[in-house]
Amino acid sequence: MKKQAQVMTGNESCALGAIAAGCRFFAGYPITPSSEIAEILSVDLPKVGGKYIQMEDEIAAMGAIIGASLVGVKAMTATSGPGFSLKQENIGYACIAEIPCVVVNVMRGGPSTGLPTLPSQMDVMQARWGTHGDHPIIALVPNSVRETFDLTVRAFNLSETYRTPVIILLDEILAHVNEKVHLPDPSELKIVNRTLAATHPEKYLPYENVESDIPPFISFGEGYRFHVTGLCHDQTGFPTNYSVEIDRQLRRLNRKIDRYKDHIIEVEQFLMDDAEVGVFAYGSVARSAKRAVLMARERGVKAGLLRPLVIWPFPEKQVEAFGKKVAKIVVAEMNLGQIAHEVEWAANRKGEVHKVNRIDGEPIHPDQILEAIL
Amino acid sequence: MATYSTRYDKYLRLDKYPLIWCPGCGDGIILKSILRAVDKLGYQKDNIVMVSGIGCSSRTPGYVDFNTLHTTHGRALAFATGVKLAKPELKVIVITGDGDATAIGGNHFIHAARRNIDLTVILYNNFIYGMTGGQVSPTTPSGRFASTAAFGNLEPTFNISGLAQAAGASFVARSSVTQVRMLDKYIEMAMQKKGFSVVEVMTPCPTAFGRRNRMGTGLALMEWLKENTISQAKAATMSEDELNGKIVTGILVDREKPEYTEQYLKLIERVQANEKERAHS
Repeated sequence: MKKQAQVMTGNESCALGAIAAGCRFFAGYPITPSSEIAEILSVDLPKVGGKYIQMEDEIAAMGAIIGASLVGVKAMTATSGPGFSLKQENIGYACIAEIPCVVVNVMRGGPSTGLPTLPSQMDVMQARWGTHGDHPIIALVPNSVRETFDLTVRAFNLSETYRTPVIILLDEILAHVNEKVHLPDPSELKIVNRTLAATHPEKYLPYENVESDIPPFISFGEGYRFHVTGLCHDQTGFPTNYSVEIDRQLRRLNRKIDRYKDHIIEVEQFLMDDAEVGVFAYGSVARSAKRAVLMARERGVKAGLLRPLVIWPFPEKQVEAFGKKVAKIVVAEMNLGQIAHEVEWAANRKGEVHKVNRIDGEPIHPDQILEAIL
Repeated sequence: MATYSTRYDKYLRLDKYPLIWCPGCGDGIILKSILRAVDKLGYQKDNIVMVSGIGCSSRTPGYVDFNTLHTTHGRALAFATGVKLAKPELKVIVITGDGDATAIGGNHFIHAARRNIDLTVILYNNFIYGMTGGQVSPTTPSGRFASTAAFGNLEPTFNISGLAQAAGASFVARSSVTQVRMLDKYIEMAMQKKGFSVVEVMTPCPTAFGRRNRMGTGLALMEWLKENTISQAKAATMSEDELNGKIVTGILVDREKPEYTEQYLKLIERVQANEKERAHS
């Protein structure tokens, strides 16, 4: 049966994407502009036998989803700016303990309580380095309601594949804009599930230094009794102060995302074949950027767009090629240039990167980007 | 009856010995009491998840052969809530301390009690932050010394069991490592109780608390605990002044209340039945 077209917001498609991906546990705490994700899942999860819980704060919500994932239930939380700051403590725990989970952060203006009802992209660096210590992270940046559904499904798949927390960065525009979408039939989706058994329980090492760098992850309660800690640990999962083991585990932890980045990174190239001016934009700003590129072409300027769907790990190779191709680079984002610095570094070339920034809670208009292109 | 060794060894990760705890520490007494309860009640090791936060008490899970989860400071109950709600068939035991549960984790403690989620909390109260070097905790008695209370602690203390009771726990008991039979009984009762249950156990810390307060060795601290521990019946006959500095042990509350995960499973049944009905009509 062909699915009907629906009209929905990014928060709605995110919630539906989570259920389609197999999410059966959500813990959250109310915060604008992400609350609809929690509201929808509080209604829809019990319908499919899943669990929803409103915790006492964001820290607890992050802890609860790690606990749920550890016993084999795919889990997600959703928050915004200040709540994302609170989650950082246990995001670090999920990183070092290698527990798959998905964290949605609907970006609003900051710092602090900032602009609760207005969009920003000020948390892209917090997504990368918000929790302390050297750690890997995956963060996705959809730019439409439909893509939010697709990338939410992908977030769960990536988290299970790489045994890692995955962050979805929406912004207030995407969260609340209504768009017409045709959602795929669940049978069309590729869903990654955890291994149910590995070696014999006696021989199981939850943090084994395997060739792939991603040790198989068995859930608690399956007969493989093991120890999980946020302390630096050896292959067995027990804490260690032995420098060789610490180094080996932390390097493996960081390498497991770095070595697979070509499989993780996803970019869209729009009119880049003959482009002389390249715009780099992500999330809802990429929508304005696309329009600006078309407007520039109408005026005879060969502009193109490079749009990452995955912001972390950063698409270095793609940006380097982009930098070699175009005469001028424009980076548009709703912050003061957090990603422009990354583009500048990855493009590795002389000449300034033109920044188009907005931090007043207003979306970036195509005209602003066009001005920078021309 | 099983011999001493087999009774405990079956549950211990003996390769992780020696224990991190100092000579004279009471935490090992609590660990043994927990294992006796698990053994007596016949719980299967695969079905137990032991969750802890940070501190001396929270190192307990490392030594036991269950599914063990050593989390972040104060957050054990948050992780445990996720474990229990996601898989209610698992037996979840939470190990925490006075600072872990009532300072940094105070919010999680009162809300887990309010929800009345089926978790068994064994709270080791040693009146101090032991692992970090003897800083003042929410249960350091007023006037006592700590590395961050060199001139005497100015703050009043938390009545942890009273807090758990007021917040809504199904079962709350206070005991001491000097009352082992009572401790065994309370831990067994707590584990069997459907709902949020707390056993607060007073335990000596000679290294960080006793030394700084010139209270002597572990044994001297045990004597101090013994002298100051009184039953609820005796406490009922004493004035507020006489009760100052005393530790009242016993079962503070044992009541039947709806348990959270059971309520949630009923909610799922109700929602799914409604959905089915709607699909038919």
